[in-house]
Amino acid sequence: MDLPLLISIFPQVLTDGLILGFMYALIALGYTMVYGVLEFINFAHSEIFVTGAFVGVEILLALKARGTLDLLSPFLVLIVLLVAAMAVSGLLAVTVERVAYRPLRGKPRLIPFISAIGVSFFLQDAIRLFESIWRNSFNLVYPTMDLFNQRFTLTETIDISVKSVVVIVAALLMLWALHLLVNRTKIGKAMRAVAEDQATASLMGINVNRMISLTFLIGGAMGGAAGVLFGIQYSLINPYTGFIPGLKAFTAAVLGGIGNIPGAMVGGLVLGLLEAFAASYFSLLTHGAFGAEYKDIFAFSVLILILIFRPKGLLGEVVRERA
Amino acid sequence: MKTRHVRSLLVIVAALALGLPGATLTDAQSKGTIKIATQTPLSGGQASIGESIKLGVQLAIEQKKAALEKMGFKVELVPYDDQAKPDVGVANAKNIVADKSIFLVIGHFNSGVAIPSSEVYKDVQLTMISPANTNPVVTDRNLLSVNRVCGRDDVQGEVGARFAKDTLKAKSAYVVHDKTTYGQGVAEFFRDSSKKLGIEILGFEGTEEKSNFDPIVTPIKAKNPDVVYYGGIYDTGAPFYKQVREKGVKSTFLGPDGMDASDLVKIAGKTAVGMYYTTAAGPVALYPKAKDFSKSYKEKFKKDPEPYAAEAYDATSIGLKAIEAAIKDAGGKLPSREAISVNVRKTKYEGITGHIEFDGKGDRKKAGYFIMRVVSDDPAKWGDNKLIKQLQIDPPALKK
Repeated sequence: MDLPLLISIFPQVLTDGLILGFMYALIALGYTMVYGVLEFINFAHSEIFVTGAFVGVEILLALKARGTLDLLSPFLVLIVLLVAAMAVSGLLAVTVERVAYRPLRGKPRLIPFISAIGVSFFLQDAIRLFESIWRNSFNLVYPTMDLFNQRFTLTETIDISVKSVVVIVAALLMLWALHLLVNRTKIGKAMRAVAEDQATASLMGINVNRMISLTFLIGGAMGGAAGVLFGIQYSLINPYTGFIPGLKAFTAAVLGGIGNIPGAMVGGLVLGLLEAFAASYFSLLTHGAFGAEYKDIFAFSVLILILIFRPKGLLGEVVRERA
Repeated sequence: MKTRHVRSLLVIVAALALGLPGATLTDAQSKGTIKIATQTPLSGGQASIGESIKLGVQLAIEQKKAALEKMGFKVELVPYDDQAKPDVGVANAKNIVADKSIFLVIGHFNSGVAIPSSEVYKDVQLTMISPANTNPVVTDRNLLSVNRVCGRDDVQGEVGARFAKDTLKAKSAYVVHDKTTYGQGVAEFFRDSSKKLGIEILGFEGTEEKSNFDPIVTPIKAKNPDVVYYGGIYDTGAPFYKQVREKGVKSTFLGPDGMDASDLVKIAGKTAVGMYYTTAAGPVALYPKAKDFSKSYKEKFKKDPEPYAAEAYDATSIGLKAIEAAIKDAGGKLPSREAISVNVRKTKYEGITGHIEFDGKGDRKKAGYFIMRVVSDDPAKWGDNKLIKQLQIDPPALKK
């Protein structure tokens, strides 16, 4: 075994894992917030995420077509992309809730769940239809912004691209803002109250429907932002891109303890790191007998083990037993 | 609301009135309809090539159907979308086989789809002529109904390895593939030939990943190979090469004919400029006879032909010629599907991509292999890619 090689790539694998992990964490928030409030898994969230990615690419392509992309500061562009994608994805999530979930509230749990799967398919093909008509192609590529592709050389073997830093910083900022919103503001208190007990919360004068809409708005917005960051990092998107990251993010939410916001972050990071390490090290450690394709098997095996010993997830105990 | 209903009803009635009797009239006049099916990915990430193959077939039918029409047959194109998925290809194949008026299939683009689908065609001896399937298994099953006008991956992998050794002076290579029949196949041939030539293989990795190649790139960067080879199609190859380059890997890129599409630079942009690929589809500019094809394609479809469109045109032309011969054999009546398969093997044809003649198992004799270099990040200039080397190699004989 080539030990120096294994050690030399360690920091690079760590950063890859962190980036992937933060991406999962941002998407996982959408699943976990909705579950925390409604005890319902919003399976259409992966499409809310992809919608954000498409909003971002459309703006970038429009700017590029007008030739103004290279003139503007990439950071300004990034902020515009994030805000636009968060707005569209957030509003889309609210609309989906109003149209497809609210009429089914109080029905047996499987019914809104099936509705969510239907919405998921509908949105995938709606995006595909729209892009096919609008651009004659639904596989879109994020135009490169040179600044984001520059690299800092930290040591001889490690360098990190600007866009990776951007992804990590943006994710941290958003997670921190969300944490403040939920724990330090009145709105956050109201949301937590609805999660605790809807009937009592409404007796206390909290507008339950509005709080649920708000939960979808915030979760959707986080998903939309994750979509833009995903596009910038990995560049190629299509309407079906969201499925696998969505599934992984949902897993991350369960791993961290579903319904628990810090748990989503921890779960995302754990899953991202597991995947990155498995993919990079497997073939090196086994001399090609096991390749990178076993990363998911490894990550999910660990997940099963964790859930056997901690059925409520890593941070699950923080959540109080529900009535 | 009411008027709209009335209007749509009128449209339907009009369509019925115009369409149905029209169809029966022509049927009465002609001795029958000969349908030619295409099976290529018309949706998804590989649609640009699949569409171009279909248009190549369409052009060939329009330009060459006169001979059959004179004999009293109608010739029609029926395009199928195999979505680059084996299960969809096989399902389509069953529909194609069930339609008795289909006498020829031009397709597929993916060997992994062509192989199971051709097992369906084989049962009724329906001829398939492939413009683009390079995996050896396609013809090595020695089926009467399966032919191809392009080269083979065992040869292509060796051509790539020789080029890496002799021209690029590579001492080491890292090979990644997409785990499809085609991608893994050509990657294995490249790996084996490279090893024989003394190139050290630093890694051989398969992945079904479509967007995030980070964890695979890290070991590549640490091992710093002279050549990075991706066995697969451009829709995953382009983001792969892009991420490899963006991570600061300075190796030379080499790929198989799956990279031969203008969408490669649409996705990978500047990072693809300077990369090499081997292909079994020569650039249209290379063939003197293909100029007219290129011109009429552009006039008709308002875009440049993608690689394998010319091969599709030739595959259709030789197929039509074989059908014509089979009709003559049958005394001017509709021939059997098997008769066409037999005739295809006998036909010799001067196509726009050169002389076409099949050997006993359906491989093209003296197939062309090309090594190309990407010159521009503008997709419209894909046709300008520089020809580095051109070879004509006979297919290897069937191993007993």
